[in-house]
This record gives sequence, structure tokens and C-alpha cells, in this order.
Amino acid sequence: MYEFVRGPLVWLAFIVFILGSIYRLLQIRSQLKKDKVVFSYMNFKYGMRSILHWITPFGAVNMRKRPAFTIMSFLFHFCLIITPIFLLGHNLVWYESWGIHWWTLPERITNIMTIIVVAAGFIFALRRIADPTVRLVTAFSDFLLLLIVLAPFITGLFAYYQAFDYKTMITLHILSGCLWLMIIPFTRIVHMIFFGISRAYMGSEFGYVRHAKDW
Amino acid sequence: MKLIDSPESKVVDPGLDETIKKLTPEKIKRVVDHVLTKENAGRLQMYIDTCVHCGLCAEACHTYLSRDKDPNFSPVAKVKNTLWELVKQKGDVSPEFIRQAARIAFTECGACRRCSMYCPFGIDIAYLIMIVRRICSLLGVVPQYLQDTTNSHAATSNQMWVHQDEWIDTLQWQEEEAGFEIPGVRIPLEKEGADVMYSVIAPEPKILAQLLGNMAMIMKVAGIDWTMPATDGWDNSNMAMYSGDFEIMGRVERLHWETAARLKVKKIVMGECGHAFRGAVYDGPKWLGWKFPPIPMVHAIEFYYDLIKSGRIKIKEKYKEPVTIQDPCNTVRGRGLGDKLRYVVNELCEDFTDVSPNQEHNYCCMAGGGTINCGPPWKKSRMISNRVKAEQLAATGAKIVITPCHNCHSGIEDIIGYYNLGMHVKFINEILVETMERPE
Amino acid sequence: MINTKNWDWGIQNKVLADIAEIKSRYQDVHEFVVSPDGEKIAAPVVLEDDTFTACVNNDQWPDTFEKLWYLRFSPGNKLTALVMSDDEWTLAVDGRVYEENYEYAWDVRFSENGESISMLYKRDNLYGVALNGKPWANGFVAIRDYCLSPDGKRTAATVQVKTLDEADVFGFFAGAWSVAVDGKVWPEKFINAWKPAFSKDGSLVAAEIRTDICEYSVAVNGKSWEKKYGSVWDPVFRPGNGSVIAAVKEGSNWFLAENGSRIWGRNYNQIWLPKLSPDGKRIAAVASPEFGKWTIAVDDRPWAKLFDDMVLAPVFSPDGKRVAAIVKENNHWSIAVDGKTWPESYDMIWDPVFSPCGKNVVAKAEKNGRYAVVLNGKNIGTNYDALWPPIFSPDGDKILLRYIADGKYYREVRPLN
Ligand code: SF4
Ligand code: SF4
Repeated sequence: MYEFVRGPLVWLAFIVFILGSIYRLLQIRSQLKKDKVVFSYMNFKYGMRSILHWITPFGAVNMRKRPAFTIMSFLFHFCLIITPIFLLGHNLVWYESWGIHWWTLPERITNIMTIIVVAAGFIFALRRIADPTVRLVTAFSDFLLLLIVLAPFITGLFAYYQAFDYKTMITLHILSGCLWLMIIPFTRIVHMIFFGISRAYMGSEFGYVRHAKDW
Repeated sequence: MKLIDSPESKVVDPGLDETIKKLTPEKIKRVVDHVLTKENAGRLQMYIDTCVHCGLCAEACHTYLSRDKDPNFSPVAKVKNTLWELVKQKGDVSPEFIRQAARIAFTECGACRRCSMYCPFGIDIAYLIMIVRRICSLLGVVPQYLQDTTNSHAATSNQMWVHQDEWIDTLQWQEEEAGFEIPGVRIPLEKEGADVMYSVIAPEPKILAQLLGNMAMIMKVAGIDWTMPATDGWDNSNMAMYSGDFEIMGRVERLHWETAARLKVKKIVMGECGHAFRGAVYDGPKWLGWKFPPIPMVHAIEFYYDLIKSGRIKIKEKYKEPVTIQDPCNTVRGRGLGDKLRYVVNELCEDFTDVSPNQEHNYCCMAGGGTINCGPPWKKSRMISNRVKAEQLAATGAKIVITPCHNCHSGIEDIIGYYNLGMHVKFINEILVETMERPE
Repeated sequence: MINTKNWDWGIQNKVLADIAEIKSRYQDVHEFVVSPDGEKIAAPVVLEDDTFTACVNNDQWPDTFEKLWYLRFSPGNKLTALVMSDDEWTLAVDGRVYEENYEYAWDVRFSENGESISMLYKRDNLYGVALNGKPWANGFVAIRDYCLSPDGKRTAATVQVKTLDEADVFGFFAGAWSVAVDGKVWPEKFINAWKPAFSKDGSLVAAEIRTDICEYSVAVNGKSWEKKYGSVWDPVFRPGNGSVIAAVKEGSNWFLAENGSRIWGRNYNQIWLPKLSPDGKRIAAVASPEFGKWTIAVDDRPWAKLFDDMVLAPVFSPDGKRVAAIVKENNHWSIAVDGKTWPESYDMIWDPVFSPCGKNVVAKAEKNGRYAVVLNGKNIGTNYDALWPPIFSPDGDKILLRYIADGKYYREVRPLN
């Protein structure tokens, strides 16, 4: 089992993730082309202006209105992406398999980052239950997605601290990590890929066409 | 899908109640399918796939804030309660569901686009709501008064069933009136080759004719070479854009632009209206195939700004009463004219207190977007959705609310009445003729 | 077409009026108009007692009016104006008023041959068309678009055929509009009817109609095409036979149809104003082959050159071989002939006029507030204070210029060489 997940499954996950993402990008591109105005109004300067405002913490009015949420959300997304890439353990695996490696973060830091992801994820889940506005638009799938996103982090933590059976944990860890990668293009997590496009379009429409700000 | 049970769901409107009786499941499915797959593509899919159901857009919406954060009034909830369901069920929904969708799309969202500035992905909720309106329009389920306005556009090319003779007669009458104030004032009709065609919305000739006379005086004092058409095509307003009847919208806008081309003017200056700007500059041209308007169009705010800034009009004595501003969504968030508006108001008025939030972030008055045109049955609901607007205005302590928009004007007057704010609403035009230097 | 043969085509340049002198004579002088043959210049003028009349060259009409506006020359060089006396409106032709008065009268038009004059009127709260001073036998609760037959004998208008209560949306969708021809309304009712047009011989009338919320077609003498469309623009008759061509929309595509059948195969993002060559063999239309780009398509082939801002109605040469149109790009106007744009662009430009042989194209243009005559892209007369569109002589080797320069009105016939 471990051999399978560590080998072919990881391969598969990366292939599905990359090909799936390319597919979704091509597909949305052809759809956007049918939506005649989109590419006609898309403008690099104003698209970038909008993206930069929205990837800068507190760069938009709405972020300043809810500082705690903003900090949590930025930390969550930052740690979610950075941790797996610069984790020492992951790097060792890359080295073992491919002979490549890069700069890594100290384990102490990545541990904290992992905990941040899990904690923020739980708060997100709580928010979905406690805040009636969010609850109304929350579907069961939102919890499921959150679970899939958090699973590799939780299992990773358990494995690191050898809490349960290490082998089982690490297998679950890889399994959930692969699942996570694979569903990105096909679920709402696709927002990770579409963010740039929808932001750039809105930025262009506000800036290039309407001469106004969108943050 | 359970329908929402609320006071709003019980409002009687034949445009919704009678028309849904004629719907069949096949017809609903056919129309929904057509609109979702033939008329819309990329953005619809991107927005549905990208929305993470986070609710961060909620606090952008004045209806949500005014209704003590009623979850059903958050922007995303309005989409969930309408479009998500239509997409999910592929149009297999009941007539009652269509009625609910129409109510939400027409009377509970002003398509003001404030929420697009609050969503991290810039999801255009107003665009999604317009898709719902389009579906309802094709099904014939539109609030009666809004549909009647669209019918007026279809039959008369103007918003208020104004006959051609009434239009010309009113201009001639206003020319005379203005001539008593400033001798030699004219409203030059059908003057081919003038620099400017001035266009207005139908409520001006119908109920606020003195605004036309005022403009004639302003043009005279500023020495502008201008004209107005004596044919259809003079009305720049467009409620068909809001009722979802895009064919009629396009027809109205085409005539407006062709009239300007026929009169050989270099630009159109338009009166103080926001939705009309949106229709004439964005939605209309887009539907017809123009990326940008074919002939430059200058909104009154910009026009006054240029006149004052360049010294063509000088202010004799500033207006004394304390004033504030209602930023019209369609020219401030929709065109970035907030600074120019403030420049004009500061030049004209002694005592200006700004609103907060302001400029692009101003709250919508809930009148534009077609909501006020849904008529008396929906006024109460609209007023409830306007509480934050009332509080925001009251906090300025001003006596006069200046707003260069007809929809805002009527909407704010309703709010002032309903919430007893003791204020008055004015167009810039009214204050400008009072304060400008006139020739001897 | 008007006959220009009897005009004075002798080479000359004569001053017909002193504009400054006219202006000094009256309290106010409104916009000047000139006769097609160039012999007269006229303007509505305001007298000391605030009454109105028209001044023509150095003369003025004997009668004065409470109001006078819409002063226009007919193609036959008659001077007309809408005038008001005792709160009643009518038309004055060369200073003589029609016998019939109306509560209101407006939208004066002339037939192509210059013989007939029509206008819309309101009387006793009913609306109709008056042709050469005679109102229709029947009035209607509302009237909108109207037209005259080319021979000037008939009139047609879109009219509202039943009174609707306020906000009666159901009555509206049951059909309240139709077309009345010479005051007789078609038995068919539609949700809307727009833009009536006569056939060459005046026997047929076509109009855009709307038969459901989003269902459009063309009706000819009341009968709708069988085929319905998502939208429709500008039906016109093909000279020679009674068939009708219109731009129609199906799905998100526009194309041309004739009598309800598709005749252009290409899909356009937009298409309107189809025009036919005089022999009825060729069709040109304003077309947008892709979003935000405009051009002229001739027989379903768009010009290679596309324009961003605007393209106005195509004009055929008399022999039908060439097509010209006003085009606009970067907020500058110019003229394109057979897809080639004139080298210079202008602040404003007027309709292109072909010479009878089709070789030459001339237009009035404006730059920096001054006017110029442009022939095949080259300025042949510049710096006028005012200018009216140039006219070719019947043989095409002379050109009539009508302009104001140095405060004087000139009529100039100039040879083309
Ligand atoms: S009213 Fe404005 S803020 Fe509220 S949902 Fe509609 S567009 Fe968004
Ligand atoms: S529209 Fe934007 S802000 Fe609103 S729930 Fe969806 S993703 Fe969140």
C-alpha cells in the first residue's frame, strides 16, 4: 500500500492536477471567448492593479473592515501553499526520488505553519456553522472540501509526532495529499486557478472601462 | 427547493402573480436553458465555479445591512436563492420559484455592483442577477410597473409614453420660460452640426420640465453650441436594460446614437442621470457591438466640472444651506466621477459635509437598477432595504442632498419621507442656475 | 430624384446675401438654410415685437407668427416652416400658410421627387399624417414612425390602435400597435411596429414587427413573414420586384434575410441599414463582423478594413458599382470608398455624394470649426464659415458650392478638371 501511494499515486496526482488545471484553463478560455466582451475589455495594467491590491493584506476596504479574518485568511492561504513546498520532509523525498532539492524551512516553523492551517481551517468550519449568513450559503460539500484540504495537514502532524502508527499515518498523509491535489481543478478549490482571471477581468472592467477602483 | 416565506413574498403584483399562471414546466426549462447556455458563457461558469460561499460580500449590500443582516439578503444568498438553483435543476423549477426569483432579482437587488468590490474574486453579482432578470423577462414575469416602463421604451423610445408633440412643445415652452430669466436663451432644435447634443430622460419633459429650462440657461451663459433632437432618440434612459429585455434596450440605444450621428454633433452631453449613463455608455453599446460608445458621451457632472474649471461659468455667490452628496452608483462606482462631483459641489456650496462611506463605496439608494420602477407595491420593501442609507444621510446633518441622478433623486426623496429626515433633494442644475453669474 | 437640369449651371460665383447685414436687421436670427439650387438663403428671424418670420435672401415673408421653426427647403426649392398663430400650428410654404390648423404639427418631410410635403399632426387628442395640407380621415391615439411613398402620393405610419389604461401590460402584449396607410389601419395588430417603408411604386408597405416578448419579424401590407427572429432591423424593398430585405437575428448571429429566407450566409455580430443599388442587384449594409469592429459588407463580403468607432449607412454610386460610407476611428471622421479610407480625417464629415458617372465622390467636412469641400479625399475648397453639401451637375463635370465666407453667402458653380 505504502509503496503504491508513494510511487504511482503521487505520479497520478501530479498528472491529474497539472493536466486538469490545463484543461480547466483551456476550457474557461474558450467559454470566455464566447462571452464576447471579456477578452475585449481585459487590460493588463488594470488587471494587475486589481490583483496586486487583492493579494496584499489589507489592500482592500473589506479586508480592513474585518482585520482578524483578514489575518487568518492570509495566514491560512500562505501557509497552505508554502508549507508543503518548503517542508524538509517533502524535500528529502524529492531528493531521494529525483536527486533534486531546494531551500527548506526549519521544522519548527513548518510545524507552526501546519498548525495555523489546521486551526484556521477549523475556525472557517466553525464560521460556517455559527454565522447565519455563511451558514445559509454553505453546502455539505463545503465541509467536505475543507476536510480534504485539511486532511494532509492533520495527518502530517500526526505522522511527524508519531502519534499513531507512523506507517498508517504517512500512508493516509500521502493519500489525502494526493486527493487534495487531484480535486483542485474539479471543485470550488479551482478558485485558486481562477482567482487571477476573475480578478483581472473585474479590475479591467472597473479600471479600464469604468475609470473606477475595485478595492 | 423550499420557498422563502417573508412579508415580501406576499406582496401583490399582477406582473408576477398573473404571469406565472401561464408558465408551463417546458417553457421554463426552455427559456432557462437558452439563457444559461446560449446567451451566457464564460463569466457565468467562472463565477459559479469560483464562488467559495464565504459570505464576504454580505456587508457590501445595503439591503443586508438595513435588514439587520438577514442572511437571505446577502449578495451571495440572492444568487443562491435564484441562479444556483436554476443551474442545479437545469431549469426544472416551479412557476412559484420563478416568481420568487423575479422578486429577488428585481426588487431586492439594485444591481449596484457594490458587492463586486467586496468579493475577493471580484465576482459580479449584479451580472448574475441580471441573468435571472433576463430569464424572468423572457418568461414574461416582470413587476408590472417596470414592464410598463419597458413597454413605453418599446412603443415610444422613451420612458414615460411621451408623445412626440409633447416633447417638442415642452422644449419650446421651457425655452420661453428660460427666456424670461435670461433674454435670448434658446433650445436650438434639430441644429445639424452643433458641437453638443444634449439628451435627457423622459421624466424631465414629463414632470421636471424646469430642468430643461435650467440647462438652456447654463448653455447660454457658457456659450455652448448645442442642440436637442425634435425626433425620437432624445431619451437616454433605459429601463429595458433593467427588466432584462435586451432587444428593446438595444433598440433604444441604437436610436439614441443614430440621432447624435444624424445631428452631426461631436459629443453628447447627458443630463443628471446615472442609469441612463450606464445604458448609453456600457450596456447598450455592448449589446449592439460597440466596445465603447461610438460618439463621446459626457455626463452632466463632467460637463459642469469642465464649465466651472475652465471659467466658462463663474459662481456669483455660493449656496448657503448645508449640503451633502448622494454618489450615484452608475457614475461614481460606474465612472469614477466622485472627485469631479465633489469639486463641483465645493465650488457651488459653502457648507458641504461628505457622506461616509463615500465615492465608490457609497451605499446604493436602491432606486436605480430598476427597483424604483417596480412601483408602489414594492416601495415598503425598498424603504426597509434603505435604512443604512437614511442613517448615513442623517449623520451628515445636511439640509440638502445633492444628487446628479434622477433615480437617486426619487429614491432619496422616498427615504427622506419614510424616515422623516427633514431634508430636500436637489440636482446640481438647480443650484448652478441659482449661483452662477448671469450676463447683464 | 430631383431634377437639377433646369438649374443655372453657368460657371460663376455670385454673392446672394450679406449675412452680417441680415443679422443686424433683426433682434435674433436663427440657423440659416439654403435651397438645393443654391439661389436662396433663409433663416427664421425674430422681430422687435418678439414675433417670428422667415427672411429669404434680402426679403422676408410678409406674415409674422407667434412661433416659427423647422425652416427647411424642399427638394423642389420651396421654403417651408412650422408656424404658430393663435396657439394653432400649421405649415407655411413660401410664406403662405395651409388652410388646416392643428393643435400641434411637426416632423415635416418631402417626397423623393420633391412634389409632396407631409407632416404629423395632433387634433382633438388624435394623431395622424397630413399630406400636402390634407389630414388623414382617421386619427389615432398615438403615432410614431412614418414615411412617404417615393412618388409622394401616399403616407404610412405606425399607430396605436387601442387606448390602454395606465400600466396595462396585458393589453399591451395583446397587441395595440399596427401600421396605418393613408389613414387606413391594417387589420393585424402587433405588440410593436416600427419603421414603415414603401415600395418604389407605393403599393406595398413593410414594417418591423414584434409578435411576442422576444419574437420579431417583418410584415408586408399587414402579413407577417412566416419566419420569426430574435430581433429585426430596417426592412427595405428591392427595386424592381416587391421583395423585402431586412437584417435579422437568430441566436446571437445577425444576417440578412429576404422575404423570410436567409440570403447572406455569413454570421455577423451586428448588421443593419441594408441598402440596395439602384438596379436592385447589389446590397450593402453596415456590419460588425466581430465585437467592437465595424465596416460595410457588400453582397455578404465585409471590407477588409474594420473601424472601431462607427460606420454610417452605405451609399451606392448611381451605377451601383461603388459603395461609400462615413467611417469613424479614434474619434475622427472620414469617408471610405470601396473599403479604402480617405487619407485625411476630420472633426465631422457629411454624407458622401457620388457624381452621376460614379467616378467622383464629394463631401462636406469640418476641421477646427471651419468647413471644407473634399473631393476624392482632397480638399478643393477650404476655410468656409458655413457650407452646405456640394451637388454635382447632371453631366457630372461641374459642382455647385453653397457657402458663407467673409460674412457673405455665395453660390458658386465650379468646373471639375
Ligand atoms: S443591491 Fe448591490 S450590493 Fe446588494 S446584491 Fe445587489 S449589486 Fe450587490
Ligand atoms: S460572491 Fe465572492 S464574497 Fe460572496 S460568497 Fe461568493 S466568493 Fe464569497
